[in-house]
Amino acid sequence: MLEIRDLHASIGGKEILKGVNLTVGEGEIHALMGQNGAGKSTLSNVIVGHPAYEVTQGSIRWQGKDLLALSPEERAHEGIFLSFQQPVEIPGVSMINFMRAALNAKRKYFGQEPLAAADFLKLMREKRKIVELDSKLANRSVNEGFSGGEKKRNEIFQMAMLEPALSILDETDSGLDVDALRIVAEGFNKLRTPKSSAIVITHYQRLLDYLKPDVVHVLIDGRIVKTGGPELAHEIEEKGFDWIKSEQ
Amino acid sequence: MGSEHQYIELFQQNRALLAQSPQVIDRLRDTSYENFCRMGFPTTKAERYRYTNVAESFSPDYGVNLKRVAFPLNPYEIFRCDVPNLSTSLYFVANDQFYERELPKASLPEGVIVGSLARAAAERPDLISKYYGRQAQSGEDAITALNSMLVQDGLFVYVPKNVVLERPLQIVNVLRADVDLMANRRVLVVLEEGASAQLLVCDHAMDERSFLVTQVVEAFVGENAHLEFYELEETHALCRRFSNMFVRQEANSTGTFDNISLSCGLTHNLADIVLDGENAEVHVNGCVVADGNQHVDNNTLIDHRSPACSSNELYKYVLDGNAVGAFAGRILVRKGAQKTVSQETNANLCATRTARMFTQPMLEIYADDVKCSHGSTVGQLNDAALFYMRQRGIPESEARLLLKFAFVGEVIDSIRLAPLRDRLHYLTEKRFRGELGKCAGCRTNQNCGL
Repeated sequence: MLEIRDLHASIGGKEILKGVNLTVGEGEIHALMGQNGAGKSTLSNVIVGHPAYEVTQGSIRWQGKDLLALSPEERAHEGIFLSFQQPVEIPGVSMINFMRAALNAKRKYFGQEPLAAADFLKLMREKRKIVELDSKLANRSVNEGFSGGEKKRNEIFQMAMLEPALSILDETDSGLDVDALRIVAEGFNKLRTPKSSAIVITHYQRLLDYLKPDVVHVLIDGRIVKTGGPELAHEIEEKGFDWIKSEQ
Repeated sequence: MGSEHQYIELFQQNRALLAQSPQVIDRLRDTSYENFCRMGFPTTKAERYRYTNVAESFSPDYGVNLKRVAFPLNPYEIFRCDVPNLSTSLYFVANDQFYERELPKASLPEGVIVGSLARAAAERPDLISKYYGRQAQSGEDAITALNSMLVQDGLFVYVPKNVVLERPLQIVNVLRADVDLMANRRVLVVLEEGASAQLLVCDHAMDERSFLVTQVVEAFVGENAHLEFYELEETHALCRRFSNMFVRQEANSTGTFDNISLSCGLTHNLADIVLDGENAEVHVNGCVVADGNQHVDNNTLIDHRSPACSSNELYKYVLDGNAVGAFAGRILVRKGAQKTVSQETNANLCATRTARMFTQPMLEIYADDVKCSHGSTVGQLNDAALFYMRQRGIPESEARLLLKFAFVGEVIDSIRLAPLRDRLHYLTEKRFRGELGKCAGCRTNQNCGL
């Protein structure tokens, strides 16, 4: 369970989040909507501990722990995963070495032995299928030369490998064609368990059609100003955000 | 004159002793001496030594083993220089003497010579004089002059016409002394027309002493000949190395000259490669991993003298701590060298705020139908990549290491000798992890990996 209380955060001295309150329970999917610049990506970056952002006030608790006290890698080990809006290319680091380092770091954190090479490769093969990721891509450098769609599929592949308890999808649907969107969304749904939660940041209804959120929040100017059921997303798709602003 | 004085005196006092060298070697001494006296050590005003203080390196008082006293050493017992899955013919050069004793007979093809330069100069003066001191001109460089006036031995490799050495030659230069020592080593490599050879030269220091090495390498690559020359330095913080390499390639030859510095004190490598015949091709690569107060300066010149030659140069540095790196690469395309294809890249990573890199790619073109490019970059580790990796759970230190390793990987991947490539991947990773431990024979606590 994730509990965000009165969260204020800034970057380069500019306050972006101005008192966010959000609770995500076990097994729930929350959609986070809002206009560009509202603070959606800032919120996800603060949750995963991006060093560029400074938390000036408030708290985040994750499964009872003070999340803000943990390093980004510890947060990852504790089950928090961010599907990046713009996945980073890392020339010269192969997907295999990258995933092995990530997985074994997590195992080490929980006092487990590193995974044997054969078992690891087997796991890679299994998980790759979930998002129909080509074996050639898995042998390449991380995201290097991947198309936009391949990069997003690669994010979900990594999610499959790491089996997080909380996934944050930051505009995972942006730049995807209809088929790629379906593959990514179906891949995500296959990975869902009764215990896994997600925060889905999106501008569009079509991703939510697949993911079926339990709760929809609207973020305006660094605060969650409206929370509702799935119907709220439809309303926004139809009417935009201005009516919510004028309600304020 | 400052630091020069002790070398001038040393030469004067030991002229008779030095005259015991074979005549082919000895006859260059006096001119070299005159050249050295005239030039003195280059200052940082000298184009090719702008980033390295030479006089300071040569000012301490080092012992010079002109009397050829044998140091107790059995490299086979105490030293395992090992590249798994690579079957090589193995040789040792102890300081500046080819190690002759108890050598198991390496089976080399008919006519091939691998051995002591001094011995070859005595036994085959006709052959040596054809090449010795031809490409390396003592009138142009004080280090070359100093080496030529003091040198007594080194390595000679000769591959006759159309002979192909299937098995790579591995030469281990071992620095071994109980006092601070200066070694003057000479390497002469001759590949006649159509010959082919691969050389792997590793530099090691076995004692925690100050070592100063001058090395002059001359390599002749005849028509249609193929030479791959890999140099790997893994010495320690008290070692200073000044190496000058002079290469001449003839028509349709190919050359690969790779220089990898994994650990050292101060290193200045100068390489002059002359493409003197149509369709010659050269690959010059370098990889430097430096930290602490290490100083690595690579200065190269690729001289396109003939049409339709190609050169490809890639140097990459990863600097940590207070390390200083320098790279100056001059590509000279002479008038008439039409259809030249040349590419030069120098990319550098400064992983700390205190590491410094000087880079100077130079392209001089006097022909009008050429395809040339050059460029250089100096940067830090990519923050976005670092965070991406940490978000996946990779600890920051490990993420940094993976990025550095990936950065130099490009150079190592270009090595054609697959077992060496694998070994270098392994060694550089260990180097970045700070795990390049001492090997069985080393008496130092310094890094030493092979």
